[in-house]
Amino acid sequence: MKYPIQITVNGDPYELSVDPRRSLLDALRNAIGLRGTHRGCDSGDCGACTVLLNGRPVASCLVLAVDADGATITTIEGLAQGDRLHPLQAAFVAHGAIQCGFCTPGMIMAAFALLEEHPHPTEAQVRAGLAGNLCRCTGYAKIVEAVLSAARSIDAGNG
Amino acid sequence: MSAFRVIGKRAPKLDAPDKALGRAVYGHDLRPSGMLWGKVLYSDQAHARVLHVDTSRARRLPGVKAVITAADCPSYRFGYGRDNTPLKGEVVRWYGDAVAAVAAIDEDIAAEALELIRVDYEPLPAVFDPVAALAPDAPRIHADRPSNLFTRYDYQHGDVERGLAQADCVVEDTFTLPYVAHSCMETSFCLASFAPDGRLTLWSTTQIPFLLQRDLAEALGIPGRDIRIIQTAIGGAFGRGLDIYPFEPIAALLARQAGRPVRIAFSREEEFRAAPVRQPLRVTIRSGAKGDGTLLMRDVQAILDAGAYISWGAVTPLVMMETVGSLYRVPHARFQADVVYTNNPPTGAMRGFGNPQSTFFVEVSMEHLARELGLDPIQFRLHNANRPNETTPQGLRITSCALRECLERAWQGCLQPTKDGGRRTEPGPRPSSALRRGIGIAATLNVGGGARIYRSDGCGATVKVDDFGRVSLVTGATEIGQGADVVLAQIVAEVLGVPLEDVTVVNNDTDVKPWDVGVHASRTTFIAGKAAWLAAHQARQQIIAHAAEMLGEAPERLTTAERRVFVKDQPERGVALDKVVRALHFRNAGQVVQGQAWYDPPNEMVDKQTYKGNISAAYGFGAQAAEVEVDMETGRVRVLRLVAAHDVGRAINPMYVEGQIEGGIQMGLGYALTEELVVREGRVLNPNFLDYRLPTALDMPQIETILIESADPEGPFGAKGVGEMGCNPTAAAIANAVYDATGVLMTRLPMTPENVLRALRERGKG
Repeated sequence: MKYPIQITVNGDPYELSVDPRRSLLDALRNAIGLRGTHRGCDSGDCGACTVLLNGRPVASCLVLAVDADGATITTIEGLAQGDRLHPLQAAFVAHGAIQCGFCTPGMIMAAFALLEEHPHPTEAQVRAGLAGNLCRCTGYAKIVEAVLSAARSIDAGNG
Repeated sequence: MSAFRVIGKRAPKLDAPDKALGRAVYGHDLRPSGMLWGKVLYSDQAHARVLHVDTSRARRLPGVKAVITAADCPSYRFGYGRDNTPLKGEVVRWYGDAVAAVAAIDEDIAAEALELIRVDYEPLPAVFDPVAALAPDAPRIHADRPSNLFTRYDYQHGDVERGLAQADCVVEDTFTLPYVAHSCMETSFCLASFAPDGRLTLWSTTQIPFLLQRDLAEALGIPGRDIRIIQTAIGGAFGRGLDIYPFEPIAALLARQAGRPVRIAFSREEEFRAAPVRQPLRVTIRSGAKGDGTLLMRDVQAILDAGAYISWGAVTPLVMMETVGSLYRVPHARFQADVVYTNNPPTGAMRGFGNPQSTFFVEVSMEHLARELGLDPIQFRLHNANRPNETTPQGLRITSCALRECLERAWQGCLQPTKDGGRRTEPGPRPSSALRRGIGIAATLNVGGGARIYRSDGCGATVKVDDFGRVSLVTGATEIGQGADVVLAQIVAEVLGVPLEDVTVVNNDTDVKPWDVGVHASRTTFIAGKAAWLAAHQARQQIIAHAAEMLGEAPERLTTAERRVFVKDQPERGVALDKVVRALHFRNAGQVVQGQAWYDPPNEMVDKQTYKGNISAAYGFGAQAAEVEVDMETGRVRVLRLVAAHDVGRAINPMYVEGQIEGGIQMGLGYALTEELVVREGRVLNPNFLDYRLPTALDMPQIETILIESADPEGPFGAKGVGEMGCNPTAAAIANAVYDATGVLMTRLPMTPENVLRALRERGKG
């Protein structure tokens, strides 16, 4: 038995028919084909699948697709303006915050939500805001640097 | 050195924008038309005879396109010990052994099909302790082997007994080190597809594309030329990708049976239960020195649990003995290690390849010795430090070496006020508080110029320049996130005199790229870098030779920069680089501009009996100093800061050199404090990130990274490898800081509150 849902992803409307056991992550990756959101653990522990659901960061592997009916979703593919990187994306690139890059989309979405809440975060706030997102490559030093730099850049009106 | 235009720049990885945009294509993202979802059925026994596998119900489930068991596998064996097969039909030897596999049109149907398979087992006695496994009456893991001892390493230089007799002080400690999981953020993956002509393409996250071609050929019983490996964007590796694993031939066998592409991607739980692990270790070390602090001897006895099959974990003693025999000057050293089969998870290669273990027990033993001798730990280390241009008794020919500077700068850095204006408090008790602070240091020696583990340590490269001045480097090297793409492009751009953005790097297809032994042993910048450097020089010479004709100048008077070839002392007399290439293409008897090179470094395999020899063409050194705070009531250790000084030869791209070191420190910090894959009776008890604790952004201390450039004489532009050494000394530095704070030597990792409290109580300090 499948259920019809309507969701808006990165501004575009989608009508899907989903199995009630399927997660939002599955719907994004397999039904819609937006595979920039990654599956790291499927149990909400790693943060690789972080997206914004009605503006709030969620682990999309823990959200049932049927529960997202009517929601507005932003994924990593929705941040850039065409080919112009969002300041967070640009800062992750410039500061060497990306190595294997598998955690990057979730990390950037978590950072995006963090900056919405704290436009001028302290380093401690950045670390706390990203504590649900695991990275095995970088030691987080350059990720934290990148988020602080992006906050300054958005502040200076380069957003 | 300011003469460099591209070398030394903090340039982003070439694939970073795609990764930031969510456009990079990882294995998990592939969905070729007709693709099936493969799943593996694992043993539910640690050791058992397989009596019967009934797949009839699974085969009848609609949507199932292939079901295989051992009966469908060729009988070829694979793996380092040639003791493994894709599926087991007679005996299972650990919980990760696969007995059947299915491919279906979606993941749910594949999972349902697995549940329909019935396997009857007859349990066999199992053994989970490597010491017990060596007993004569222990259950035999592999019936065709005379015992569970896979191999014994026995290394010695000097005369340990004489060293003991001369020593004024000898310390002895026994250490217990845990299983660790690679924890790549992307789980193990492959996708297999056969073309109608029988040729197999495997999309893979392997670190050894060319060796995997060979290994798969053996496992499947088809020629290597009929196998093509394409590497996707790779979501973490750290050594996991250095061997063939059963799921890879399984995917190929399913694809062959189904006649459709088959993907296998592990769940996270499966990753913890069935992927390789860093080998645990029980080790006793004696270290001795003279009263003046001159190190005399080390004597090490170790036992390694290899698990049920032999992968690269069994070979890590080769690296451990380097640390034992050559980190600091040691006139007398002995290292004996037994590698033993058990019914536990097979152990593989993981970043540092034995070195995090050996650096831990050697450096904690050094600290113990210094304190017993009443010597300042930093002076003791400086006194015994390796120096440039000396050969160790083991035969390691050390050329560039800034170990003393690394030790001094890491230590000094740790004594400076912190960024937030705070300052280290004195070690020992603080009034009315259970918190004690301490600082500690540890050094590392790691191969930095390749490592001749195989007969070849080589890598090929071609550099082509096209009609428009676009430069394409095709390299054998593999990109696993470390930044090899941009580092190699920087080397080529520097040689040719073009901006970095003119260079494309192709590095992911065995049908296209020249041979390389694999991405391991911190070798890529040094070896693939040197190959790219040589190939770029060839291309440059071709361009200069023709430009000389065009300009009517002698070639030796010409140079290249800013996309031009010109006369060195008359820069205005020159010609654009792309124009030279076009002239070569459009003339009679023309030619392409393409350099090609093969670089195999001047290192040697160690002798099979003595284990001596110069395994690497250069050695990397480093030291890390940590400041910690220990709660004597709860046993909690907090790392307040970490200063890492590493001799990197030359930082081709300082941003990613720092990235390697910082990421290494994170792995080392996890090893020190939180990470342990808990294996009881062969079963993994914590197969998830909630119970297997990776350090988060909140857990990481302030890290200061100091890069010391010793300009290696052999490496490209003086560079040495840095991929592994960041994670080697971290745990020892932290343990030595805990020792400083509490007076108690930490002999067990990880230093969880529970383990620390136990240690404090055993020594009457808690």
